[in-house]
Amino acid sequence: MIQEEEVVQGSGLDVHLIPTAKYKTTTLVLQIKAALTRETAAKRALLASVLQSATNDLRSRKQIRLYLDDLYGAAFHTDVQKKGENHIISMRMEIANEKYLKEAPSLFHKSISFLQHALEDPYLPDGKFAEKVVNEEKRTLKQRIQSIYDDKMRYANKRLLEVMCEAEPFSIHPYGEVGEVENISLRELTDEYRRMLEEDDICLYIVGDMEPEEAKEAASMFTLDPDRKLAAHSSAVNHNSITQPREKIETDDIQQGKLHLGYRTPVTFSDSRFPALQVMNGLFGGFPNSKLFINVREKESMAYYAASRYESQKGIILVMAGIEVEDYEKAVAIIKEQMEDIRKGRFADSDVEQTKGMVKNQLLETTDNPRGLIELYYQGRNADHPRTIKEWLQAVDDVTREDVISCAETLELDTIYFLRSKEDNK
Amino acid sequence: MSETITFDQLQETVYKEQLSNGLTIFVLPKKGFHKTFATFTTNYGSIDNRFVPIGKQGEVKVPDGIAHFLEHKMFEDEEGDVFQTFGEQGASANAFTSFTKTAYLFSSTQETEKNLTTLLDFVQHPYFTEETVEKEKGIISQEIRMYEDNPDWQLFFNLLAGLYHNHPVKIDIAGTVDSIREITKDDLYECYETFYHPSNMILCVAGDAEPSHIINIVKENQARKTFKDPEEVERIFEKEPEHSVQEKTVVPMSVNTPKCMVGYKIAFPEKQGKALLRYELTVEILLEALFGAGSDVYESLYEEGLIDDSFSSEFMLERSFSFAAIGGDTAEPDKLVQRITETLDRAASEGISRENIERVRRKKIGNFLKQLNSPEFMANQYTDYAFHDLHLFDVIPLLEEITSDQVNELLPVLFQEKAKAVSQITKKQDE
Repeated sequence: MIQEEEVVQGSGLDVHLIPTAKYKTTTLVLQIKAALTRETAAKRALLASVLQSATNDLRSRKQIRLYLDDLYGAAFHTDVQKKGENHIISMRMEIANEKYLKEAPSLFHKSISFLQHALEDPYLPDGKFAEKVVNEEKRTLKQRIQSIYDDKMRYANKRLLEVMCEAEPFSIHPYGEVGEVENISLRELTDEYRRMLEEDDICLYIVGDMEPEEAKEAASMFTLDPDRKLAAHSSAVNHNSITQPREKIETDDIQQGKLHLGYRTPVTFSDSRFPALQVMNGLFGGFPNSKLFINVREKESMAYYAASRYESQKGIILVMAGIEVEDYEKAVAIIKEQMEDIRKGRFADSDVEQTKGMVKNQLLETTDNPRGLIELYYQGRNADHPRTIKEWLQAVDDVTREDVISCAETLELDTIYFLRSKEDNK
Repeated sequence: MSETITFDQLQETVYKEQLSNGLTIFVLPKKGFHKTFATFTTNYGSIDNRFVPIGKQGEVKVPDGIAHFLEHKMFEDEEGDVFQTFGEQGASANAFTSFTKTAYLFSSTQETEKNLTTLLDFVQHPYFTEETVEKEKGIISQEIRMYEDNPDWQLFFNLLAGLYHNHPVKIDIAGTVDSIREITKDDLYECYETFYHPSNMILCVAGDAEPSHIINIVKENQARKTFKDPEEVERIFEKEPEHSVQEKTVVPMSVNTPKCMVGYKIAFPEKQGKALLRYELTVEILLEALFGAGSDVYESLYEEGLIDDSFSSEFMLERSFSFAAIGGDTAEPDKLVQRITETLDRAASEGISRENIERVRRKKIGNFLKQLNSPEFMANQYTDYAFHDLHLFDVIPLLEEITSDQVNELLPVLFQEKAKAVSQITKKQDE
């Protein structure tokens, strides 16, 4: 019942096929991976936007839109994200399955061909990206970067990582910074594009109701050089050493304080202890019956949200809660105490069993969504440690109370970040 | 009363059952899905703040935010927290309150029977004490404070306040820190008794679900409980003038990029059933044709640097009210207002081309198929429509039918200058 992926060699890129009849659409995602660096993040973010905006055949956003709308609203967009210390450009398409339409146009071939053009045949008048397109996308990207500040939870999260991972690639935002975007020349952007095609790890995911043979054949449209030499790449991550937890308090014109804490752990996705850490995070703050929710929210009525998230590609656990400024010390103390309780084994065996059930439930539910399914498999590829869903579920099942405790023992509190109202505001 | 409806083109089947206590059940099986997603929804939301309580004579007006407060409080009973019970059964539970509905939900990949029973039992078992009500005020205050810092939320509710004189849609769903302070356990019981009768509720289960099994569980569960006879609830809405309250509302916040939204209050149409759904889809096509990413206006606004991909338009049609809202992040809010208004004026006189409408029709059909991948969408949307006596799966045949004439007939009447309001969030300057 669980659709596992099949990986086949395409022309210059691996094709991950996940055939299933359960969706009414077909999903195609190109994942393009390079190291996360200060020099390239902004360029690659801009590149993602520019590739989305003009191909050699369809030379404006509007032409692309009209073409895709005609293909029964084929969705196409690109985005960038960081996974561990990698920078990933994703080019995503989702198209209706003809089977459910009154007419039966051939949408799959047209879509994959469009995606191939978007990647390999962009609009390059005079061998460079078009100035008009680049300038428009620069403006939009700069606005998008500036808007992170407008969403205070996102902003606090970004600041926490900047403080905590200073001098590590993980502090770099996948969009880059405003000044960096501004300074990119057409030449530099075009060079970055060429380098991407030559050196990046590129793969294609296809999820939907298809004949594997047909999908393989369609994927052979791509013309990447099969012998291209990928950039040397390591899935290992860097960690600053911690002597004492840092505390950083900043002010803004806001009502509610945003409290964010960052813990480090050497346990990442590729580690055999990863499933145990997933369970530990679930017990700590992953669900509405976790310790953070029960103690910070339900017992103390201090917060509406109080949760933790495990960045498994890097080895960080992030805690976030929205609180009144005067509750700062108390909230920090309660959060630390919850972690201490897990380290000391102050939880019931049934809590572990229950959390394992929740983690497995979440995993299975994620497989119901085409994008979620791709995300699950891509985590394995990114960490050079593929796991089938079946293995993953089994590994969660095998987690013991002792595994949870020993995982908690690897955690070190690195930084406490608090974004609070200005003094005169209180 | 049971009914099976099959939609061949979409390969979807709906199983419907209405129980003797008035509860309506829908089951939407999705082959190959692991997840069972269930919603238990009452046709009661933040706008229902004036009504005649069941068993009483005179009308009451309840504190702002009470439907949402009630939603929070339902999760607790004598034994403690229901999240815990769902957790033990491997399910994740949640709830939300909208203008017109309160929905309780869970999703799980195992123990469907237990989880379904838990859902029915906790929603049908109110338990409030002075102490637990007081305690919840701290949590909800923090939820309200979180929204106070959210510029998109502020933009939206400032727009509604600019549009509506009397209609309670203008009130923030969660209320204010002050209004929730007034709420007592007796208020909660009164709202509960009035609006949570099974005849005012729909249970919808989508995903991994065997229809007869689901229906039997619910039947047996309901047969063990006693309910009063259903009564029609009298809800009171003051008459809403055609014109808006305030032309423009500007609020400075701590943001880098200003935000702007233009809204038009539109009287709720005197239609029901398919005609109502056709009307809703026609307005949606119209807005997408004018302001969607494939429109001329979108392209030129983007080129001029007036919008980015946060720009969007929406039409909201719910019990007793409707409005259209257009906007997003923008460096020049006033200029954007001008361009949106001009676009609507020009379209009203020139109309929208058949070709353009054809393109949007296809796009909407494709988008609808995408949404059918999601049991969450199906359960929520099916319930929404069912409260209006509409069928979700009629969307596709109706989309195929709507003509460009129907779209163009609506254009000149929908967007009235006097019913317009503008909301802007600007960058707060340091003193």
